[in-house]
Amino acid sequence: MSENLFAKLTEHQLSDLAGLGCQLDGEGACLLTVPAERLLAVMKMLRDDVASSMNYLGDITAVDRGEAGFEIIYQLFSVTRGVKATVKVKVPKDKPEVPSVVSLWPGADWMEREAYDLMGVTFAGHPELKRILLDEDFAGHPLRKDFRMQPRE
Amino acid sequence: MEMKNDTLNESKIKEFLKNNIIVTSFDAIVRWARSNSLWPLSSGLACCAIEMMAAGASRFDLARFGYEVFRPSPRQADIIIVAGTLTWKMAPAMKRLYEQMPEPKWVIAMGGCACTGGPFKDSYSVVPGVDKILPVDVYVPGCPPRPDALIDGLLQLKAKIQNPDIARKKE
Repeated sequence: MSENLFAKLTEHQLSDLAGLGCQLDGEGACLLTVPAERLLAVMKMLRDDVASSMNYLGDITAVDRGEAGFEIIYQLFSVTRGVKATVKVKVPKDKPEVPSVVSLWPGADWMEREAYDLMGVTFAGHPELKRILLDEDFAGHPLRKDFRMQPRE
Repeated sequence: MEMKNDTLNESKIKEFLKNNIIVTSFDAIVRWARSNSLWPLSSGLACCAIEMMAAGASRFDLARFGYEVFRPSPRQADIIIVAGTLTWKMAPAMKRLYEQMPEPKWVIAMGGCACTGGPFKDSYSVVPGVDKILPVDVYVPGCPPRPDALIDGLLQLKAKIQNPDIARKKE
């Protein structure tokens, strides 16, 4: 079905990605771990590069690793080339912020709002970062490990 | 009643009236009419709505009792069947729908979620029972309740409408 992205990239492209601070893990799922400040550059390269052309953003999820902070995970897929890749960003617990990718994939809008709503990760540059699933008055982010139920009226 | 060859004294007139005239109140007739044609609001929130639809369809045939006219507008509805899980986000909308319904109006909480919050009682997003925001008349438990149970709930409501005394709070 879908092939490994890294096998399709040239040496030059791979070194470009490594130069942007990516850790590449080609075993099993094709996984890139990216520092938050380089995320947009890496994503833009993955989307526009002819070898990868990741033109479809499948999903954005966030994982609470407790003291180790949060992981924001992007599932990318190339409809034209049939390859997929996973991009992972690690952010600290006290400042969970990553740049928004709405400028690259407009569909990221609601996915980022959901991650913000339930996990409290902020996406810098998002056009309208507000709650999407919970009511506006809700206090806290319920999928965080340290979330405790508040009694409601 | 044989009355010829007999003087019409007062006690006999009373006896005659007692046996031949039914005295009722306007209230009773209105209650009878209301309880036999309740128009529910189409207010399905979750899987209970499927059972509510089944109750309206031919096999269970809610129309036998006069309750089949599901209205898409709260202005035309008499009862609101809260069929499913009510979240806090949906709660203001549900409350507004209830407030838009004309008096008199009744509320049926259908299913475990609507009655108490059900399995989501301790959840961060689910209202633990619609009686937190609406005055519920009849609770129909079940997950989901079968159409028979919903019909029974509607008949309980019918009894409640016809005999408001049984529902009155004790002083």
